[in-house]
Amino acid sequence: MISVSDVNLTFETNDGPVNALRDVSLKVNKGDFVSFIGPSGCGKTTLLRVIAALETPTSGQVTVNNMSPDDARKAREYGYVFQAAGLYPWRTVSGNIKLPLEIMGYSASEKEDRAQKVIDLVELKGFEKKFPWQLSGGMQQRASIARALAFDANILLMDEPFGALDEIVRDRLNGELLSLWARTRKTICFVTHSIPEAVFLSTKIVVMSPRPGRITDVIESSLPKNRELNIRDSKEFIKIAQRVREGLKAGHVEDAV
Amino acid sequence: MNTFLLLFFIIWLGGWWLNVRISKFENFNLSRFIVPSLFGIVFMLMWELIVIGLTINPVLLPAPSAIAVKFSSSLDILWIDFVQTLVKGALSGYILGCGGAFLTAIAIDKFDFLKRGLLPLGNFVSALPIVGMAPIFVMWFGFDWQSKCAIVVVMVYFPMLVNSVQGLELIDPSRQDLMRTYNASYSQTLLKLRLPSAMPFIFNGLKICSTLALIGAIVAEFFGSPIKGMGFRISSEVGRFALDMVWAEIFVAAMAGCLFYGLIALIERRTTFWHPSQQK
Repeated sequence: MISVSDVNLTFETNDGPVNALRDVSLKVNKGDFVSFIGPSGCGKTTLLRVIAALETPTSGQVTVNNMSPDDARKAREYGYVFQAAGLYPWRTVSGNIKLPLEIMGYSASEKEDRAQKVIDLVELKGFEKKFPWQLSGGMQQRASIARALAFDANILLMDEPFGALDEIVRDRLNGELLSLWARTRKTICFVTHSIPEAVFLSTKIVVMSPRPGRITDVIESSLPKNRELNIRDSKEFIKIAQRVREGLKAGHVEDAV
Repeated sequence: MNTFLLLFFIIWLGGWWLNVRISKFENFNLSRFIVPSLFGIVFMLMWELIVIGLTINPVLLPAPSAIAVKFSSSLDILWIDFVQTLVKGALSGYILGCGGAFLTAIAIDKFDFLKRGLLPLGNFVSALPIVGMAPIFVMWFGFDWQSKCAIVVVMVYFPMLVNSVQGLELIDPSRQDLMRTYNASYSQTLLKLRLPSAMPFIFNGLKICSTLALIGAIVAEFFGSPIKGMGFRISSEVGRFALDMVWAEIFVAAMAGCLFYGLIALIERRTTFWHPSQQK
């Protein structure tokens, strides 16, 4: 469970202070799939990084599994998937997946078992010995998800993992991610700038807007938990997407004033 | 017209024509070896013929055959010189200098204050003229290979340091963040992320330094050495107008340099196979 209350974060830059997050409060329950959506500069990635203890808020309280984010990081409570797959090119797919396990000191057999398990989970069987640069972008991102799952943290933090992929591959990976979420019962925080992606995946959609970065709307999705891609043509889906769009627009109007 | 000169032109044009034909071969691997070898053979033949044809004074330019004769008849001396200069002087200095620079780079990377102090110092040391330092090092470390080793250390230290520091600095931030999310220790991050990704830079430094070490060790002997060593031999044989011996030493130095460079390049290919520069 993640709780964020009254978090402010100001970056000092050469052009003066930038208000990356202002008065952000949010609750993520265990097993939730929460999307952060908004235009660039709205602080969605910063918020994810605050939860991951990669940034420190200027003020406010954050707890992750009832710990401070930094303690949660040290306890390896979450797996983080970056926008660029960020696989190490000198390691094979399975070498990359074993990287966190090596660092955390798992035994050789345990490493092998866990790597095999998550490779099956993301459907990369047969590609274990390949190097990242021999794989397509979609496969690289799957390997990167497998790497984040390998040490079985409860929370998965994903920063626009499919942002660089084409729509067809993205649709497929979205479907796979949902079924993976259903099977593993992880809590997922997912940053995106695609409305259909956010609505399709999430149980909760957090709409954000820039300057200063803040939350403008939180939408609890009324869609059923089991979803197929064609749910995107349903009335319910379109209604939620509309509300997200309005939230984004509202943020922009204020921005113009 | 002199028959040797006539032959010179025939071989020149013939070799040219042949190489142009061969380089158009479908079999790329075959022509990749034949073209340069043929070029070398033709070049040697032309050199031989022009020296004979124009009766060039052997002090100015000895024929390759004369150099080959001298080379094969003085293998023992060449070997002694090779061991003295390249194995003892250049190689020891190379290992000490590059190794030291690499360790310094890691220290600089860990402690920022060292960077502000050591990099300018390294820059200063590398700007010292070798012809000034060599006699001083001879006085400090003696006539034998130790003073040559010291010169080589001074010559290779800075290029290696700069390359290693650069390699350690240029890290993809999200890869670094990834290590943070695993709560990886400093040494884990160094061993599993930073050193591997710095390898292309480190090998760059090693390659640049391999030729510097060779030059440094030979030139340093001009400023005092025991009666062996490639630099000593070159300067003393020049004095006796025995230029064929000088050329034989040059040949040894060139071969050793190429082999050493090739060896490092080979290790580089094995180590940084993943880097875009190594992929065809």
